[in-house]
Amino acid sequence: MSALAVVRQLLWKDLLLELRTREILTAMTVFAMLVAVVFNFAFSPSPQDALRLLPGMLWVTLAFASTLGLSRSFVLERDQQCLEALRLFPFDPGLIYAGKLLSNLLALLAVEILLLPALAVIAGVPLLGHIGALAAVLLLGSVGLVAVGTLFSAMSVNTRIREVLLPVLLFPLAAPVLISGVRSTLGILAGRPWADVLPGVRLLVAFDVIFVVVGYLIFEYVVEE
Amino acid sequence: MRAYIPSRGGVWVQALAVRDITKSFGPVRALRGVTLTVARGEALAIFGPNGAGKTTLLKIASTLMRPSSGQVLLFGADPSQAPHLRRLIGMVSHHSYLYPGLTGLENLLFTARLYGCSDAEARAEAMLAAVGLAGRGGDLVRTYSRGMTQRLSIARALVHDPQILLLDEPYTGLDRSSAAAFTELLMAMRGSRTIVLTTHSIEQGVALSDRVAILVDGVVAYEAGNGAGDVRTIERVYAECVGVPA
Repeated sequence: MSALAVVRQLLWKDLLLELRTREILTAMTVFAMLVAVVFNFAFSPSPQDALRLLPGMLWVTLAFASTLGLSRSFVLERDQQCLEALRLFPFDPGLIYAGKLLSNLLALLAVEILLLPALAVIAGVPLLGHIGALAAVLLLGSVGLVAVGTLFSAMSVNTRIREVLLPVLLFPLAAPVLISGVRSTLGILAGRPWADVLPGVRLLVAFDVIFVVVGYLIFEYVVEE
Repeated sequence: MRAYIPSRGGVWVQALAVRDITKSFGPVRALRGVTLTVARGEALAIFGPNGAGKTTLLKIASTLMRPSSGQVLLFGADPSQAPHLRRLIGMVSHHSYLYPGLTGLENLLFTARLYGCSDAEARAEAMLAAVGLAGRGGDLVRTYSRGMTQRLSIARALVHDPQILLLDEPYTGLDRSSAAAFTELLMAMRGSRTIVLTTHSIEQGVALSDRVAILVDGVVAYEAGNGAGDVRTIERVYAECVGVPA
Protein backbone atom coordinates (compact mmCIF):
# COMPACT_ATOMS: atom_id res chain seq x y z
CA MET A 1 0.00 0.00 0.00
CA SER A 2 1.45 3.37 -0.97
CA ALA A 3 2.21 6.05 1.62
CA LEU A 4 -0.34 8.33 -0.02
CA ALA A 5 -3.07 5.69 0.23
CA VAL A 6 -2.25 5.13 3.93
CA VAL A 7 -2.45 8.85 4.69
CA ARG A 8 -5.70 9.10 2.74
CA GLN A 9 -7.23 6.30 4.83
CA LEU A 10 -6.08 7.90 8.09
CA LEU A 11 -7.48 11.24 6.97
CA TRP A 12 -10.78 9.64 5.89
CA LYS A 13 -11.17 8.13 9.35
CA ASP A 14 -10.46 11.42 11.16
CA LEU A 15 -12.77 13.44 8.91
CA LEU A 16 -15.58 10.90 9.25
CA LEU A 17 -15.28 10.93 13.05
CA GLU A 18 -15.22 14.75 13.07
CA LEU A 19 -18.19 15.03 10.70
CA ARG A 20 -20.19 12.78 13.02
CA THR A 21 -19.31 14.57 16.27
CA ARG A 22 -18.16 18.06 15.15
CA GLU A 23 -16.43 18.20 18.55
CA ILE A 24 -13.16 19.75 17.44
CA LEU A 25 -14.41 22.15 14.77
CA THR A 26 -17.26 23.51 16.88
CA ALA A 27 -15.02 24.10 19.90
CA MET A 28 -12.28 25.76 17.83
CA THR A 29 -14.67 28.00 15.85
CA VAL A 30 -16.72 29.17 18.83
CA PHE A 31 -13.55 29.84 20.82
CA ALA A 32 -11.91 31.74 17.94
CA MET A 33 -14.98 33.92 17.41
CA LEU A 34 -15.26 34.69 21.12
CA VAL A 35 -11.59 35.68 21.36
CA ALA A 36 -11.96 37.92 18.29
CA VAL A 37 -14.98 39.67 19.83
CA VAL A 38 -13.24 40.04 23.20
CA PHE A 39 -10.17 41.55 21.50
CA ASN A 40 -12.37 44.04 19.70
CA PHE A 41 -14.10 45.11 22.91
CA ALA A 42 -10.81 45.23 24.80
CA PHE A 43 -9.02 47.44 22.26
CA SER A 44 -11.94 49.21 20.52
CA PRO A 45 -9.49 50.09 17.75
CA SER A 46 -9.78 53.12 15.49
CA PRO A 47 -9.48 52.36 11.73
CA GLN A 48 -5.74 53.22 11.87
CA ASP A 49 -5.14 51.09 14.98
CA ALA A 50 -7.20 48.22 13.58
CA LEU A 51 -4.73 47.69 10.74
CA ARG A 52 -1.87 47.53 13.25
CA LEU A 53 -3.70 45.31 15.75
CA LEU A 54 -5.46 42.88 13.41
CA PRO A 55 -2.40 40.68 12.60
CA GLY A 56 -1.70 40.14 16.30
CA MET A 57 -5.37 39.48 17.06
CA LEU A 58 -5.54 36.99 14.19
CA TRP A 59 -2.45 34.98 15.09
CA VAL A 60 -3.03 34.92 18.86
CA THR A 61 -6.61 33.76 18.24
CA LEU A 62 -5.39 31.02 15.89
CA ALA A 63 -2.70 29.90 18.32
CA PHE A 64 -5.20 29.52 21.18
CA ALA A 65 -7.85 27.90 18.98
CA SER A 66 -5.34 25.42 17.55
CA THR A 67 -4.46 24.10 21.02
CA LEU A 68 -8.12 23.13 21.52
CA GLY A 69 -8.14 21.02 18.37
CA LEU A 70 -4.66 19.63 18.84
CA SER A 71 -5.29 18.50 22.41
CA ARG A 72 -8.39 16.57 21.25
CA SER A 73 -6.89 15.01 18.14
CA PHE A 74 -5.03 12.16 19.88
CA VAL A 75 -7.69 11.67 22.56
CA LEU A 76 -9.71 9.89 19.86
CA GLU A 77 -6.83 7.43 19.49
CA ARG A 78 -6.25 6.97 23.21
CA ASP A 79 -9.65 5.75 24.40
CA GLN A 80 -9.44 2.21 23.04
CA GLN A 81 -5.66 2.29 22.53
CA CYS A 82 -6.25 2.85 18.82
CA LEU A 83 -2.86 4.52 18.55
CA GLU A 84 -1.35 1.18 19.62
CA ALA A 85 -3.45 -0.50 16.93
CA LEU A 86 -2.19 1.97 14.32
CA ARG A 87 1.38 1.05 15.27
CA LEU A 88 0.62 -2.59 14.42
CA PHE A 89 0.02 -1.76 10.77
CA PRO A 90 2.85 -2.60 8.38
CA PHE A 91 3.76 0.97 7.43
CA ASP A 92 6.09 3.65 8.70
CA PRO A 93 4.64 5.16 11.91
CA GLY A 94 5.63 8.55 10.50
CA LEU A 95 2.59 8.22 8.23
CA ILE A 96 0.34 8.30 11.32
CA TYR A 97 1.91 11.68 12.05
CA ALA A 98 1.33 12.80 8.47
CA GLY A 99 -2.34 11.80 8.64
CA LYS A 100 -2.88 13.58 11.94
CA LEU A 101 -1.02 16.66 10.73
CA LEU A 102 -3.30 16.89 7.71
CA SER A 103 -6.52 16.45 9.68
CA ASN A 104 -5.39 19.06 12.23
CA LEU A 105 -4.40 21.39 9.41
CA LEU A 106 -7.79 21.05 7.71
CA ALA A 107 -9.55 21.86 10.99
CA LEU A 108 -7.41 24.96 11.51
CA LEU A 109 -7.89 26.12 7.91
CA ALA A 110 -11.66 25.70 8.28
CA VAL A 111 -11.57 27.93 11.37
CA GLU A 112 -9.48 30.50 9.47
CA ILE A 113 -12.02 30.59 6.62
CA LEU A 114 -14.70 31.53 9.13
CA LEU A 115 -12.54 33.76 11.33
CA LEU A 116 -10.95 35.93 8.67
CA PRO A 117 -14.15 37.57 7.33
CA ALA A 118 -15.48 37.89 10.88
CA LEU A 119 -12.31 39.71 11.97
CA ALA A 120 -12.42 41.92 8.87
CA VAL A 121 -15.97 42.98 9.76
CA ILE A 122 -15.27 43.38 13.49
CA ALA A 123 -12.07 45.38 12.98
CA GLY A 124 -13.33 47.14 9.87
CA VAL A 125 -10.22 46.25 7.83
CA PRO A 126 -10.74 45.38 4.13
CA LEU A 127 -8.94 42.08 3.41
CA LEU A 128 -10.25 41.16 -0.04
CA GLY A 129 -7.54 43.06 -1.90
CA HIS A 130 -4.79 41.04 -0.15
CA ILE A 131 -6.54 37.69 0.04
CA GLY A 132 -4.05 35.70 -2.07
CA ALA A 133 -0.94 36.74 -0.15
CA LEU A 134 -2.78 36.52 3.16
CA ALA A 135 -3.97 32.98 2.40
CA ALA A 136 -0.41 31.93 1.55
CA VAL A 137 0.98 33.30 4.83
CA LEU A 138 -1.87 31.76 6.84
CA LEU A 139 -1.29 28.39 5.18
CA LEU A 140 2.45 28.46 5.91
CA GLY A 141 1.90 29.56 9.50
CA SER A 142 -0.82 26.96 10.05
CA VAL A 143 1.43 24.16 8.78
CA GLY A 144 4.10 25.26 11.27
CA LEU A 145 1.65 25.42 14.17
CA VAL A 146 0.15 21.99 13.55
CA ALA A 147 3.51 20.37 12.70
CA VAL A 148 4.80 21.18 16.19
CA GLY A 149 1.39 20.86 17.83
CA THR A 150 0.67 17.40 16.44
CA LEU A 151 3.97 16.13 17.79
CA PHE A 152 3.43 17.59 21.26
CA SER A 153 -0.18 16.43 21.27
CA ALA A 154 1.03 12.85 20.75
CA MET A 155 3.59 13.32 23.52
CA SER A 156 1.14 14.71 26.02
CA VAL A 157 -1.92 12.58 25.29
CA ASN A 158 -1.12 9.97 27.93
CA THR A 159 -0.38 12.51 30.65
CA ARG A 160 -3.03 13.66 33.10
CA ILE A 161 -2.24 17.32 32.47
CA ARG A 162 -2.30 17.22 28.67
CA GLU A 163 -4.52 20.35 28.36
CA VAL A 164 -1.93 22.30 30.36
CA LEU A 165 1.14 20.59 28.97
CA LEU A 166 0.34 21.12 25.29
CA PRO A 167 0.28 24.96 25.27
CA VAL A 168 3.25 25.09 27.65
CA LEU A 169 5.28 23.00 25.20
CA LEU A 170 3.78 24.43 22.02
CA PHE A 171 3.90 28.19 22.43
CA PRO A 172 7.63 28.65 23.10
CA LEU A 173 8.58 26.49 20.15
CA ALA A 174 5.93 27.98 17.88
CA ALA A 175 7.00 31.55 18.73
CA PRO A 176 8.93 31.96 15.43
CA VAL A 177 5.75 31.03 13.54
CA LEU A 178 3.65 33.54 15.45
CA ILE A 179 6.21 36.34 15.15
CA SER A 180 6.80 35.74 11.42
CA GLY A 181 3.08 35.32 10.84
CA VAL A 182 2.25 38.62 12.54
CA ARG A 183 5.03 40.53 10.73
CA SER A 184 4.19 39.08 7.32
CA THR A 185 0.45 39.70 7.77
CA LEU A 186 1.12 43.29 8.87
CA GLY A 187 3.38 43.85 5.87
CA ILE A 188 0.74 42.48 3.47
CA LEU A 189 -2.14 44.50 4.97
CA ALA A 190 -0.04 47.69 5.03
CA GLY A 191 0.75 47.19 1.35
CA ARG A 192 4.51 47.07 1.90
CA PRO A 193 6.76 45.79 -0.92
CA TRP A 194 7.38 42.01 -1.14
CA ALA A 195 11.03 42.52 -0.19
CA ASP A 196 9.82 43.53 3.30
CA VAL A 197 7.44 40.57 3.63
CA LEU A 198 9.71 37.90 2.18
CA PRO A 199 12.07 37.36 5.17
CA GLY A 200 9.09 36.40 7.36
CA VAL A 201 7.72 34.10 4.66
CA ARG A 202 11.14 32.45 4.26
CA LEU A 203 11.29 31.80 8.00
CA LEU A 204 7.83 30.22 7.89
CA VAL A 205 8.86 27.94 5.01
CA ALA A 206 12.06 26.92 6.80
CA PHE A 207 10.18 26.25 10.05
CA ASP A 208 7.56 24.16 8.23
CA VAL A 209 10.13 22.04 6.41
CA ILE A 210 12.21 21.43 9.56
CA PHE A 211 9.32 20.51 11.84
CA VAL A 212 7.36 18.42 9.34
CA VAL A 213 10.51 16.36 8.61
CA VAL A 214 11.53 16.12 12.29
CA GLY A 215 7.97 15.20 13.30
CA TYR A 216 7.79 12.50 10.65
CA LEU A 217 11.14 11.02 11.65
CA ILE A 218 10.76 11.01 15.43
CA PHE A 219 7.05 10.17 15.70
CA GLU A 220 7.82 6.45 16.06
CA TYR A 221 9.84 7.14 19.22
CA VAL A 222 7.33 9.64 20.58
CA VAL A 223 4.50 7.09 20.61
CA GLU A 224 6.56 4.09 21.64
CA GLU A 225 5.75 2.52 25.01
CA MET B 1 10.12 -27.24 36.40
CA ARG B 2 10.64 -27.16 32.66
CA ALA B 3 9.74 -29.83 30.18
CA TYR B 4 9.49 -29.27 26.47
CA ILE B 5 7.78 -32.08 24.63
CA PRO B 6 7.13 -31.47 20.92
CA SER B 7 3.62 -32.59 20.06
CA ARG B 8 4.47 -33.28 16.43
CA GLY B 9 7.40 -34.99 14.85
CA GLY B 10 9.79 -33.57 12.28
CA VAL B 11 11.39 -30.16 11.97
CA TRP B 12 9.09 -27.19 12.44
CA VAL B 13 9.50 -23.84 10.81
CA GLN B 14 9.54 -21.29 13.58
CA ALA B 15 6.77 -18.75 13.01
CA LEU B 16 7.54 -16.86 16.19
CA ALA B 17 10.62 -17.01 18.37
CA VAL B 18 11.35 -14.91 21.43
CA ARG B 19 14.85 -15.45 22.75
CA ASP B 20 16.03 -14.56 26.23
CA ILE B 21 13.66 -11.60 26.43
CA THR B 22 13.87 -9.29 29.42
CA LYS B 23 11.74 -6.22 30.02
CA SER B 24 12.01 -3.78 32.88
CA PHE B 25 9.75 -0.87 33.79
CA GLY B 26 11.99 1.15 36.06
CA PRO B 27 12.81 -1.12 38.99
CA VAL B 28 10.11 -3.65 38.05
CA ARG B 29 11.33 -6.60 35.98
CA ALA B 30 8.26 -7.76 34.04
CA LEU B 31 10.09 -10.42 32.00
CA ARG B 32 13.27 -12.16 33.04
CA GLY B 33 14.84 -14.15 30.25
CA VAL B 34 11.83 -15.61 28.47
CA THR B 35 12.56 -17.94 25.57
CA LEU B 36 9.68 -19.45 23.61
CA THR B 37 9.31 -20.68 20.06
CA VAL B 38 6.09 -21.38 18.22
CA ALA B 39 6.15 -23.34 15.00
CA ARG B 40 4.12 -22.50 11.92
CA GLY B 41 0.60 -23.79 12.43
CA GLU B 42 1.16 -24.49 16.10
CA ALA B 43 -1.04 -23.17 18.91
CA LEU B 44 0.53 -22.18 22.22
CA ALA B 45 -1.51 -21.33 25.30
CA ILE B 46 0.18 -19.24 27.96
CA PHE B 47 -1.21 -19.35 31.47
CA GLY B 48 -0.19 -17.24 34.39
CA PRO B 49 -1.54 -15.16 37.24
CA ASN B 50 -2.14 -11.42 36.92
CA GLY B 51 1.16 -9.55 36.62
CA ALA B 52 3.05 -12.61 35.37
CA GLY B 53 4.11 -10.77 32.21
CA LYS B 54 1.74 -12.35 29.66
CA THR B 55 0.54 -9.08 28.14
CA THR B 56 4.07 -7.64 28.10
CA LEU B 57 5.29 -10.75 26.31
CA LEU B 58 2.56 -10.49 23.66
CA LYS B 59 3.23 -6.77 23.18
CA ILE B 60 6.91 -7.51 22.61
CA ALA B 61 6.08 -10.39 20.25
CA SER B 62 3.77 -8.08 18.29
CA THR B 63 6.51 -5.41 18.01
CA LEU B 64 4.45 -2.90 20.03
CA MET B 65 7.08 -2.82 22.75
CA ARG B 66 10.85 -3.07 22.56
CA PRO B 67 12.41 -5.59 24.95
CA SER B 68 15.12 -4.41 27.33
CA SER B 69 17.21 -7.24 25.95
CA GLY B 70 16.70 -10.33 23.82
CA GLN B 71 15.40 -10.94 20.34
CA VAL B 72 12.07 -11.46 18.58
CA LEU B 73 11.93 -13.24 15.24
CA LEU B 74 8.95 -13.66 12.93
CA PHE B 75 9.56 -16.46 10.46
CA GLY B 76 13.27 -16.07 11.14
CA ALA B 77 13.41 -12.31 10.50
CA ASP B 78 13.71 -9.41 12.91
CA PRO B 79 10.45 -7.40 12.59
CA SER B 80 12.12 -4.23 13.91
CA GLN B 81 14.23 -4.27 10.74
CA ALA B 82 11.38 -5.37 8.48
CA PRO B 83 8.14 -3.54 9.39
CA HIS B 84 6.22 -5.28 6.59
CA LEU B 85 6.33 -8.43 8.74
CA ARG B 86 3.73 -6.80 10.99
CA ARG B 87 1.19 -7.71 8.33
CA LEU B 88 1.58 -11.31 9.46
CA ILE B 89 0.24 -10.48 12.92
CA GLY B 90 -3.35 -10.24 14.09
CA MET B 91 -3.80 -9.15 17.66
CA VAL B 92 -6.62 -9.16 20.17
CA SER B 93 -5.71 -7.01 23.14
CA HIS B 94 -7.33 -6.00 26.41
CA HIS B 95 -8.51 -2.93 24.49
CA SER B 96 -10.84 -3.24 21.53
CA TYR B 97 -8.69 -1.17 19.10
CA LEU B 98 -12.02 0.06 17.69
CA TYR B 99 -13.29 3.60 17.09
CA PRO B 100 -16.62 4.00 18.90
CA GLY B 101 -17.62 6.77 16.47
CA LEU B 102 -17.33 4.48 13.43
CA THR B 103 -19.71 1.67 12.54
CA GLY B 104 -18.63 -1.94 12.86
CA LEU B 105 -18.24 -2.21 9.09
CA GLU B 106 -16.29 1.06 8.84
CA ASN B 107 -13.89 -0.14 11.54
CA LEU B 108 -13.22 -3.36 9.65
CA LEU B 109 -12.93 -1.58 6.30
CA PHE B 110 -10.45 0.90 7.76
CA THR B 111 -8.36 -1.98 9.14
CA ALA B 112 -8.55 -4.11 6.00
CA ARG B 113 -7.58 -1.19 3.76
CA LEU B 114 -4.61 -0.23 5.93
CA TYR B 115 -3.41 -3.82 5.78
CA GLY B 116 -3.63 -3.51 2.01
CA CYS B 117 -6.35 -6.12 1.47
CA SER B 118 -7.39 -5.95 -2.17
CA ASP B 119 -10.88 -7.26 -1.35
CA ALA B 120 -11.40 -5.13 1.77
CA GLU B 121 -15.19 -4.87 1.45
CA ALA B 122 -15.66 -8.61 0.96
CA ARG B 123 -13.28 -9.44 3.84
CA ALA B 124 -15.00 -6.98 6.17
CA GLU B 125 -18.46 -8.34 5.36
CA ALA B 126 -17.25 -11.93 5.72
CA MET B 127 -15.67 -11.26 9.12
CA LEU B 128 -18.79 -9.49 10.38
CA ALA B 129 -20.78 -12.57 9.42
CA ALA B 130 -18.19 -14.89 10.99
CA VAL B 131 -18.57 -13.23 14.40
CA GLY B 132 -22.36 -12.98 14.13
CA LEU B 133 -22.57 -9.23 13.61
CA ALA B 134 -23.75 -9.12 10.00
CA GLY B 135 -27.00 -7.45 11.03
CA ARG B 136 -25.26 -4.78 13.14
CA GLY B 137 -22.44 -3.79 10.81
CA GLY B 138 -24.06 -0.45 10.06
CA ASP B 139 -24.40 0.56 13.73
CA LEU B 140 -21.90 2.71 15.56
CA VAL B 141 -19.58 0.68 17.79
CA ARG B 142 -20.51 2.89 20.76
CA THR B 143 -23.96 1.27 20.65
CA TYR B 144 -22.51 -2.26 20.95
CA SER B 145 -22.57 -4.31 24.14
CA ARG B 146 -19.29 -5.46 25.75
CA GLY B 147 -19.59 -8.89 24.13
CA MET B 148 -20.39 -7.49 20.70
CA THR B 149 -17.41 -5.14 20.92
CA GLN B 150 -15.17 -8.07 21.81
CA ARG B 151 -16.51 -10.07 18.85
CA LEU B 152 -15.84 -7.14 16.53
CA SER B 153 -12.38 -6.79 18.04
CA ILE B 154 -11.74 -10.44 17.14
CA ALA B 155 -13.04 -9.81 13.60
CA ARG B 156 -10.70 -6.82 13.39
CA ALA B 157 -7.72 -9.02 14.29
CA LEU B 158 -8.63 -11.58 11.63
CA VAL B 159 -9.79 -9.33 8.79
CA HIS B 160 -6.43 -9.34 6.97
CA ASP B 161 -6.06 -13.11 7.30
CA PRO B 162 -2.88 -12.99 9.44
CA GLN B 163 -0.47 -15.91 9.74
CA ILE B 164 0.13 -15.34 13.45
CA LEU B 165 -2.64 -14.66 15.94
CA LEU B 166 -1.71 -13.11 19.26
CA LEU B 167 -4.72 -13.32 21.53
CA ASP B 168 -4.55 -11.68 24.94
CA GLU B 169 -7.41 -13.11 26.99
CA PRO B 170 -9.78 -13.05 24.01
CA TYR B 171 -12.66 -14.67 25.90
CA THR B 172 -13.08 -11.66 28.18
CA GLY B 173 -16.63 -10.33 27.89
CA LEU B 174 -17.92 -13.12 25.66
CA ASP B 175 -21.07 -14.99 26.67
CA ARG B 176 -21.26 -18.77 26.32
CA SER B 177 -22.55 -18.87 22.76
CA SER B 178 -20.09 -16.20 21.57
CA ALA B 179 -17.23 -18.03 23.31
CA ALA B 180 -18.28 -21.29 21.66
CA ALA B 181 -18.46 -19.58 18.24
CA PHE B 182 -15.02 -18.06 18.76
CA THR B 183 -13.60 -21.43 19.82
CA GLU B 184 -15.07 -22.92 16.65
CA LEU B 185 -13.45 -20.15 14.60
CA LEU B 186 -10.06 -20.80 16.22
CA MET B 187 -10.41 -24.57 15.83
CA ALA B 188 -11.05 -24.06 12.11
CA MET B 189 -7.79 -22.10 11.90
CA ARG B 190 -5.72 -24.58 13.88
CA GLY B 191 -2.93 -26.04 11.83
CA SER B 192 -3.09 -23.33 9.19
CA ARG B 193 -2.42 -20.37 11.50
CA THR B 194 0.03 -19.91 14.33
CA ILE B 195 -1.81 -19.03 17.51
CA VAL B 196 -0.47 -17.68 20.80
CA LEU B 197 -3.19 -17.35 23.37
CA THR B 198 -3.13 -16.10 26.94
CA THR B 199 -6.03 -17.07 29.13
CA HIS B 200 -6.95 -17.74 32.74
CA SER B 201 -9.09 -20.69 31.66
CA ILE B 202 -6.83 -23.74 31.59
CA GLU B 203 -9.65 -25.82 30.11
CA GLN B 204 -10.10 -23.47 27.13
CA GLY B 205 -6.36 -23.04 26.69
CA VAL B 206 -5.64 -26.77 26.68
CA ALA B 207 -8.53 -27.48 24.30
CA LEU B 208 -7.25 -24.92 21.80
CA SER B 209 -3.51 -25.50 21.93
CA ASP B 210 -0.79 -27.93 20.92
CA ARG B 211 1.47 -26.71 23.66
CA VAL B 212 1.12 -24.89 26.95
CA ALA B 213 3.44 -22.65 28.93
CA ILE B 214 3.07 -21.24 32.42
CA LEU B 215 4.52 -17.82 33.07
CA VAL B 216 5.18 -16.79 36.67
CA ASP B 217 6.92 -13.58 37.72
CA GLY B 218 8.32 -13.01 34.23
CA VAL B 219 9.80 -16.49 33.91
CA VAL B 220 8.59 -19.52 31.96
CA ALA B 221 8.03 -21.89 34.86
CA TYR B 222 6.68 -24.75 32.77
CA GLU B 223 6.39 -25.63 29.12
CA ALA B 224 4.97 -28.81 27.65
CA GLY B 225 3.05 -30.32 24.78
CA ASN B 226 -0.55 -31.12 25.52
CA GLY B 227 0.41 -34.75 25.33
CA ALA B 228 2.14 -34.17 28.67
CA GLY B 229 -1.14 -34.14 30.50
CA ASP B 230 -4.84 -33.48 30.62
CA VAL B 231 -6.56 -30.42 32.05
CA ARG B 232 -6.31 -31.72 35.62
CA THR B 233 -2.58 -32.33 35.29
CA ILE B 234 -1.98 -28.85 33.89
CA GLU B 235 -4.14 -27.38 36.66
CA ARG B 236 -2.08 -29.22 39.25
CA VAL B 237 1.19 -28.06 37.66
CA TYR B 238 -0.16 -24.51 37.47
CA ALA B 239 -1.05 -24.58 41.13
CA GLU B 240 2.47 -25.80 41.97
CA CYS B 241 4.09 -23.09 39.83
CA VAL B 242 1.93 -20.29 41.16
CA GLY B 243 2.06 -21.58 44.69
CA VAL B 244 -1.64 -21.95 45.37
CA PRO B 245 -3.63 -25.11 46.22
CA ALA B 246 -4.99 -26.96 43.15
